[in-house]
Amino acid sequence: MYTQALNNPTVEAGVEDEQKLAAFQARIDREEKIEPNDWMPAAYRKTLVRQISQHAHSEVVGMLPEGNWVTRAPSLKRKAILLAKIQDEGGHGLYLYSAAETLGVSREELVDQLLSGKAKYSSIFNYPTLNWADVGAVGWLVDGAAILNQIPLCRCSFGPYSRAMTRICKEESFHQRQGYDLLIAMMKGTAAQQEMVQDAVNRLWWPALMMFGPSDKDSKHSAVSMKWKIKRFTNDELRQKFVDATAPQAKVLGISLPDPDLKLNEETGHWEHGEPDWDEFYNTIQGNGICNRQRMKDRIKAHEEGAWVREAAQAYAAKQAAKKSAALGGRT
Amino acid sequence: MEDTALFTYCMRLADDSAILSQRLAEWCGHASHLEEDIALTNIALDLIGHARELYTRAGQIEGKGRDEDALCFHRVEREFNNLLLVEQPNDDFAYAIMRQFLFSAFMHPFWEAVMNSKDEQLAGLAAKAEKEAAYHLRHSAEWVIRLGDGTEESHNRINDALEFLWMYTGEMFECDDIVSSLVARDVAIDPMSIRHLWDETVNTVLARANLERPAETWMQTGGRKGEHSEHLGHILSPMQYLQRSFPQAQW
Repeated sequence: MYTQALNNPTVEAGVEDEQKLAAFQARIDREEKIEPNDWMPAAYRKTLVRQISQHAHSEVVGMLPEGNWVTRAPSLKRKAILLAKIQDEGGHGLYLYSAAETLGVSREELVDQLLSGKAKYSSIFNYPTLNWADVGAVGWLVDGAAILNQIPLCRCSFGPYSRAMTRICKEESFHQRQGYDLLIAMMKGTAAQQEMVQDAVNRLWWPALMMFGPSDKDSKHSAVSMKWKIKRFTNDELRQKFVDATAPQAKVLGISLPDPDLKLNEETGHWEHGEPDWDEFYNTIQGNGICNRQRMKDRIKAHEEGAWVREAAQAYAAKQAAKKSAALGGRT
Repeated sequence: MEDTALFTYCMRLADDSAILSQRLAEWCGHASHLEEDIALTNIALDLIGHARELYTRAGQIEGKGRDEDALCFHRVEREFNNLLLVEQPNDDFAYAIMRQFLFSAFMHPFWEAVMNSKDEQLAGLAAKAEKEAAYHLRHSAEWVIRLGDGTEESHNRINDALEFLWMYTGEMFECDDIVSSLVARDVAIDPMSIRHLWDETVNTVLARANLERPAETWMQTGGRKGEHSEHLGHILSPMQYLQRSFPQAQW
């Protein structure tokens, strides 16, 4: 679904060949794409592996809160839409793991990092989906926030990541529209349905704002990512774009946003907003959200219960390869 | 209603697709690896598509204004006419794959034959469903072979699934008066007419998977008359909950 600035420890630049470094930076400055076989600073590689894998993990863990409603979707059409959307998220996970693999790590290593708790994923997926409108609110707000984070990534300096993001953004924009469409349908419906929508938005608004990461004043290591054109806007700039885009949509929808400080500044044209609860944000990132443990338990369970299936596929492939090589050997 | 037989026939096929897709959807986010998560969801999506067309058609034939959702979400267990096979639980991946294989080995030749139905709508759906069923069959058959000829554990698990599910395969070939009347009109097909194709697929795939075809045994029946296993009620409860809690709502 999307990546989040999580304030990871800054990667030390280390000692690099200065000439190579200068040539690398010059390519970035010319907006050239860096490809997997090109020379790159170790810290660039490490930053990208971390960011792309966190993004991939977020896609995969993000399948769970929406998956929570798959068997309870209220119509066949909505069930099909939801399934197709979650399937897209799984597909995003696949392209992103593949993009990370071009940097020399294996998908297995990355998945192990997720399951061991070493790797992080977006904080948003540690919030529960409590009523059907949450499915729409996730599309509208969570995918909406993801798109704003991700559009600049289509221009990321690393080729495989930027190409994966181009495709992902197209699908995310469809997801956002389906979420909004779901909410509109409910707002046109009964009082109970309207209450569900307001309840979902009340719960998901602040967590969606947190998706852009800590406030710029507390975000320590954006500079190098900006210089390398991995990141192009600061957390607060993106958060502001999100609020500016979303506040008018909330009006159209006919719901209120749970921020008493939210108001349009006529002079700047921007919506002023309150501060998210950063204690809650850091706690959720650190594993204390209401669903963190459950999400990991579910991922670990699927992985462990699937071990025999993956082993069988490998054993079968090995047997087939052995048969093929024996057949070839027999002819020579 | 003018054509009770065709209504019932469409409802049976729709229920098969709806219930199996619900079972497959349970895997969403929980499969052994991402590729398989996506593949199982794909099959579920195809089946939802079939269910929607068939329920809609049935509703039109019935002429009481019931749409696809009214038919899927507002009937109780005894009114569902799906095969017992498709409601069997996802005990593990082997059960899900074997259930899919035994079903798709039937549905692929079934849709192929229904493409010649005199009922244009059914024939039209069959033309689309046949291609999808071919993929479902290929995907599940490949896994039956991989699991059967993989590790000792996978062999044992897929063998258990085969033995457990076998007694639910006979129901696919039942031909009651409703089906017979439609066969006479060249609308439906006699399932026994494709039995040899099912046997051939099953025998070939089981042999390649090093699995022994179970001995002919007592076959369970009842699904087409609404007499189900205990599982169906538990499938319908979450599936129908929102529609039943808020019967006035549009979603």
